[in-house]
Amino acid sequence: MEALDQDLDDAELEVASEPMLLNVGPAHPAMHGTVRIVMELSGESIERCDVQVGYLHRGFEKMCERGTWTQVFPYVDRLNYVSPMLNNVGFAMACEKLLGVTVPDRCQYYRMILGELARMSDHLTCDGAMAMELGAFTPFLWMIKGREMIWDLMEEETGARLTHSFGRVGGMAQPPTDGFKENVKAVTKQILHIIEEVERLLLGNRIFLDRLENVGIVSQEDAISLGWTGPCLRATGIPYDIRKSHPYMKYGEVDFDVPVGSASDCFDRFMVRIEELKQSSRIIDQCLERMPDSGPVNVDDPRVILPPKEDVYTTIEGTIQHFKIVMEGLKIPAGEVYSYTEGGNGELGFYIVSDGSGTPYRVRIRPPCYYITGGLERVITGQMMADVVPCFGSLNMIGGECDR
Amino acid sequence: MAKALVDLIARTFPDAIVETSAQHGDETVVLTPDSWKSVARFLRDDPRARLDMLMDLTAVDYPDREPRFEVVVHLYSLTKGHRLRIKARVGDAEGENAELDTLTELWASANWAEREAYDMFGVSFRGHPDLRRILTYPEFEGHALRKDYPAERIQPLVPYRDVPNIEKLAPFGRDEGMPFGRQTHAHGRLEIPSDEPESL
Repeated sequence: MEALDQDLDDAELEVASEPMLLNVGPAHPAMHGTVRIVMELSGESIERCDVQVGYLHRGFEKMCERGTWTQVFPYVDRLNYVSPMLNNVGFAMACEKLLGVTVPDRCQYYRMILGELARMSDHLTCDGAMAMELGAFTPFLWMIKGREMIWDLMEEETGARLTHSFGRVGGMAQPPTDGFKENVKAVTKQILHIIEEVERLLLGNRIFLDRLENVGIVSQEDAISLGWTGPCLRATGIPYDIRKSHPYMKYGEVDFDVPVGSASDCFDRFMVRIEELKQSSRIIDQCLERMPDSGPVNVDDPRVILPPKEDVYTTIEGTIQHFKIVMEGLKIPAGEVYSYTEGGNGELGFYIVSDGSGTPYRVRIRPPCYYITGGLERVITGQMMADVVPCFGSLNMIGGECDR
Repeated sequence: MAKALVDLIARTFPDAIVETSAQHGDETVVLTPDSWKSVARFLRDDPRARLDMLMDLTAVDYPDREPRFEVVVHLYSLTKGHRLRIKARVGDAEGENAELDTLTELWASANWAEREAYDMFGVSFRGHPDLRRILTYPEFEGHALRKDYPAERIQPLVPYRDVPNIEKLAPFGRDEGMPFGRQTHAHGRLEIPSDEPESL
């Protein structure tokens, strides 16, 4: 067989002298479906890039201005949809801050346990997807198996696997089920076992480490300037965790550590999340010990909490109270407040403005991964094309929260 | 703690403060639009303030007020652990002339946040390096989070984009007018219709 290129003269071959323009996403699996990156490549390294978001924009903030305060909960479920419970609790706490009510201890522990479980499902998804995008499919399946256990537990508690809409201003929709504590203990034990297996599988894997170590380094100054929070900021060595720095609920009373990284590369971001999974399990154990088995879950405040169903159907006062709250909405006093909690990706802030009517005047969410994705351009410029995947994966961009 | 910050601004920039308030522990300073950037720079650099993170920048629309928009910034100090909310009021009743200096040089996080405020409210930021729409698309008409934008409004269909230097990017879809798109499989079989009528 003849060589195919025998007639080719080297001088005739045209060498591309212009940088190549490459488009990735938005419908690309590694871009998690919602981000488009237009890159100018020189060889394999990225000279310039433009990160475009907004493909999942659904007008969350506009929709919130149309219903009652309680009707915002289904919307916040769909922000960070791998840890919806944290959003529920974050929004409920913002409203409670403006109302000036504090939920009972039992509810606070309940919220903490559900919130930490949601954080575990968030970190399991992120680390699992990161491993899968680098070709390690087994850890992904294991971690998703762990996430599935959490979602089964959530289904048992709330009735929905993913979009729970379980938070309420002044409490939760339902008290914990009877077997709640045993179920949680069983689930966290299995998840810790999964993490152990994943660590054994990945942390000795030369290929996996080479893809992550010293890739996507962000300096501390850059991370602060970019407004990074959460695991991505802690991977640069700054121990900023709202649960520690500004404790809310009962986080001041439980004992846990804040893991930080040192090299602030993709590997550190991966490891910070792995370590936080273990810390979440520690927090859950302590909360389970302290959570009372009986007692009220909701605040005793007829302005915000629906009366029990038997009162609604048998007494006129209960009927009126129910009607007022459902039809007119909660009356949250006029004013504005910024309330912040530690979400799966960092500082999850709610800036809410109320005009005293039953409808929110403005609900602004501070989405942690909007600011993190804003730094993606700085992370990948100068990197190799293949490093985009682990860099982007380690930032844990959640489309629903980033684009709202 | 943050009260001391408010006093500090009042002492250093006596003309900059429009009003101050505190609710539920959130200290708020309303600044004049002219002093916006200089006060922000002071708050970031002064060792007593050290507000090194811009946590959030957004706007709120009050159509009955003049100026109409309130640009709201939440600042946080990692080293000192205190927070401050600063605001500036811009824009006339029609929502025109809503202009403010950009904070992008001080905090990189202001870049996307200001783009979003521009996209959603039409507040423009002087000196912003890249003030494009971010969550909606360039042809979007109006600004979605303004109170006079009806939520049910349907946007017009977007015409094909006219992209310059399109011939460089062949074979990506010439007909779609986009640098990246479907190819037209018209080689040989279908003629591209020309404007001039064929002479027989």
